[in-house]
Amino acid sequence: MHPGTGRLKRQSTFKRFVEVGRVVLVNDGPSAGKLAVIVEIIDHNRALIDGPTTSVPRQAFPYRNLILTPYTLANLPRAAGSGPLKKALEKAGVLEKWEQSGWAKKLAARQTRKNSSDFDRFQVQLAKKSRRDLVRKAYVKEKKASA
Amino acid sequence: MARSQPIAPNVGRLSRSQVSAKRGLFKGKKTSAAPAKPETPAHTEKTVGGKANGEKRLVPTNKASKYYPAEDVRKPRVSRKTPGKTALRSSITPGTVLILLAGRFSGKRVVFLKQLDSGLLLVSGPFKINGVPLRRVSQAYVIATSTKVDISNVTVPETVNDSFFAKAKAAKSTKEGEFFGEGKEKKAFPEEKKSEQKAVDAALLASIKKVDNLAKYLKASWGLSKSDRFHELKF
Repeated sequence: MHPGTGRLKRQSTFKRFVEVGRVVLVNDGPSAGKLAVIVEIIDHNRALIDGPTTSVPRQAFPYRNLILTPYTLANLPRAAGSGPLKKALEKAGVLEKWEQSGWAKKLAARQTRKNSSDFDRFQVQLAKKSRRDLVRKAYVKEKKASA
Repeated sequence: MARSQPIAPNVGRLSRSQVSAKRGLFKGKKTSAAPAKPETPAHTEKTVGGKANGEKRLVPTNKASKYYPAEDVRKPRVSRKTPGKTALRSSITPGTVLILLAGRFSGKRVVFLKQLDSGLLLVSGPFKINGVPLRRVSQAYVIATSTKVDISNVTVPETVNDSFFAKAKAAKSTKEGEFFGEGKEKKAFPEEKKSEQKAVDAALLASIKKVDNLAKYLKASWGLSKSDRFHELKF
């Protein structure tokens, strides 16, 4: 267990640790962009990860291609199988929490922007234009009122 | 080479320009007609001696040549293959909005109507929106976008084909007249082309109006700016 939970309650600057039950974001390979859970620590380079709810196959994965998220599955036993892991994930509601987070929304927005068509981009340009106009008009109005 | 006798192997006496001056092709074609030749019969009848020879014999005026090639020269076989119709890119379907990349209207967004027999794409601006008339473009000089205009109600008349776009032959003008700028009056745009354009565009404009911002989109021209990463753009 990580140092924050020991008998000595020490203030630590680190909040996220590599541990069994840690929810991670896969950053590379075919499952890039999906959530998985560390099921077992293999060595100081790799962990066994599994994502039964996000269709990430159970596999060994290097830490450098994983990003630690703030979510953990507390009390997940070591080397839990896909079935119990799925139950634990659903009980904790990790996926819902993730989708609500600003981080996930930002990633999703980036993806939609990347896949937007020429016409979509044009419409975004129009929307930005009208927003600028509204802001400018409001600003001028406010300025006149205060002067 | 006949005029330019060789002074050394493969070196003629005259230069290329001297030969061409001697040949005098610049003087133009000879137009005077050759004098009519009296027709000669293919055979003439001659009397021959000898009882068994039948007194008379037809003798050809021009004797057949004694020479004939001993070996058969192979003739190349005639190919029965004909060039097929240009395959249309799968991303281009009737109604697709295209971005023109070359020519007078490069950067304009236009609507694809159909492929002509020559393989070129028939597009329309429509003219009222962005000034691009009915026009033929090659699919090589076009970006196909994923945006489609519903053109199910647009009918392209039969007269709009490849010959519709052929240039009318200009009447020959005299050299002197050309010098003084005669006959340079601007020709009026043909009425029938105007009406064809209107007929096609009327239905097209109606379906464009149904989609928000689509007319504005077609009116705006496309371009790349510094921050655009073309390899990552999707159309």
